[in-house]
Amino acid sequence: MGAFSINYLVRRLLVFFLTLWVAATLIFIIPRLAPGDPISAMVARLSQQAGFVENADKIIEGWKERFGLNDPVYVQYLRFMTGLLGGDLGYSMARFPSTVTELVGRALPWTIGLVGIATFIFFTVGNLCGALLAWNRTPRMVKVLIPMSMIFTSIPPLLAGLLLSYIFAFLLKWFPQTYSYGFGVQPGLTLDFIANVIHHGTLPAMAIVLVTFGYWALGMRGMMVTIEGEDYMILAQAKGLKPFYVLYRYMIRNAILPQMTALAVSIGTLVNGVVLVEVIFNYNGMGTLIVTALREQDFGLIQGTSFILIVTSAFAVLIIDLCYPLIDPRISLEGR
Amino acid sequence: MAEDTKVKDAPVAGGTKKAGTLNRFDNPWLNWKFLTGAGILGFLFFLIFLGYQLWDTNLALSARAPLNLPPLGFTNWRDQEGVPEHPLGTENSGRDMLALWIVGTPRTIFVGVVAATVGMLAGILLGFMAGFLGGLFDDVIRLAVDITITIPSLLVLIVIQAVLGRVDLLTMALLISLFSWATPTRFIRAQVLSMRESGYVQMARLSGVPVRDIMFKEIMPNLLPYLGASYIGNMQGAIISAVGLEVLGFGPQRIPSLGVAIFFSIEAGALFRNMWWWWGIPTVTLSVVFVALLLINLGLDEIANPRLRKAS
Repeated sequence: MGAFSINYLVRRLLVFFLTLWVAATLIFIIPRLAPGDPISAMVARLSQQAGFVENADKIIEGWKERFGLNDPVYVQYLRFMTGLLGGDLGYSMARFPSTVTELVGRALPWTIGLVGIATFIFFTVGNLCGALLAWNRTPRMVKVLIPMSMIFTSIPPLLAGLLLSYIFAFLLKWFPQTYSYGFGVQPGLTLDFIANVIHHGTLPAMAIVLVTFGYWALGMRGMMVTIEGEDYMILAQAKGLKPFYVLYRYMIRNAILPQMTALAVSIGTLVNGVVLVEVIFNYNGMGTLIVTALREQDFGLIQGTSFILIVTSAFAVLIIDLCYPLIDPRISLEGR
Repeated sequence: MAEDTKVKDAPVAGGTKKAGTLNRFDNPWLNWKFLTGAGILGFLFFLIFLGYQLWDTNLALSARAPLNLPPLGFTNWRDQEGVPEHPLGTENSGRDMLALWIVGTPRTIFVGVVAATVGMLAGILLGFMAGFLGGLFDDVIRLAVDITITIPSLLVLIVIQAVLGRVDLLTMALLISLFSWATPTRFIRAQVLSMRESGYVQMARLSGVPVRDIMFKEIMPNLLPYLGASYIGNMQGAIISAVGLEVLGFGPQRIPSLGVAIFFSIEAGALFRNMWWWWGIPTVTLSVVFVALLLINLGLDEIANPRLRKAS
């Protein structure tokens, strides 16, 4: 393992920080692009629902003052950005004493856990299936079974979640329908709790894995087929290397590289899917938090949750990118 | 060993075929995946067309039918039986599911087509320019693509829609296309980069063909199947985003699309009340659309890439 190429490192970090900056700026600008200001818009929406809001003008003025909306835009922007740097996402409007950071802090670990485990499963299973599909020593049975299991590929996780929830939670009652752990269980590092969490997390994770692993299998197959035609494969066979050794060292090790790049690219899509799956299963992660915030018209919470999820995704991409040179020594030499 | 014979066989088998059959069976467009996918979509559109002719689509509006009826041949939890007037059942604000299906399915696909087309056109333009011009322009485009792909689009769309409230489908499609340009751009740029050094492009360059003509008359035709696959993939992504936003409650509510129907059903707890037809019909329809799009995508991939064809 050589050292990281400075160019590679700098570029990755640049993308990471630019992503954060763009996301923060978008989240700052979007509410201000709408006609009127966010506070009036919120009060207007409230009065639409309630018919009439007493002292609407005073409320609007008070909140404007409170949020500093009467200052020039660049002052607001600077204050917003320095707030973000200090981890201050403001208050939740609907559950006032709670700060957004608090609420997000409670929800984020669940989402990261769900995405992490699901990603690990579909990446492993998908690549393995793809490798087996292309390998010429794979039993015929397996080559027929794998494509059949890929029938759900490309369906959005949300829809798979609905189907799974109906079949396995409602009809068969094998798994619970909602939440990340049972209400009777005390959270803590006990075996009971962990088993309970796994029991609750199985369906949401399955909803993601079931529709995703086929993509990775297809990508892996394509890569493997390309590699099979390479000269070094013929040499490896001529040397009389063991088939499994050739499969792992010569084929999978090479084919997995583009798959890692693809994983980094697909994180955004993955998070989109997870947010919606959480909504279906009422899983107490970030997705459900956003929906609750939407329902309560809690704009600060919507902004904060979205921003933190974007930061988390960008961070995941950064980690994958930084791990890439570990599995592909060429990167550190070429310095692209 | 087995692999060796396979590699050798393939060209021989193609070459020794009788001249008459060679043309017919070696046509790459006669790809079963592509044809099946296209067939499914075609059949779906035919059904929708029939539905518009034969069924009263006004029934998709609320309060036009009795509430919560199951499809024909089933009973609901109140022991009501399905009636022939509403063969696919009704939901809890009195919309006929069949009419909703007829109206909602094309609306959902419409969002995908618009967003994918806008994204694709932008992708072709930016991808070709970045790949061909290089330099600072390329750097900026690459950076923008990397950032856009990293950001989960749904989250930004949620923030936008939380400000705008409910929007019509065209606006929703255009909002989605704010993000659907990045993947095609990235892909096309990579393809153009690899094509740029190939012999025929060099030749064209030496002959003094203008850059614009090299891009769109020399390289583009070679990329068409790839572009097709990319377009279909883009459409899948756009429909997923649209359905996602609709399920969160951002879709048009008066005349629902399939995602909006799912939103209503989740809000009303249809999963717990065993009203499977309510969320099930949209879910299954969308799933069929996605599988069809995937088949077309895979087929186009095989059409474009002979190596994949050989493997299957």
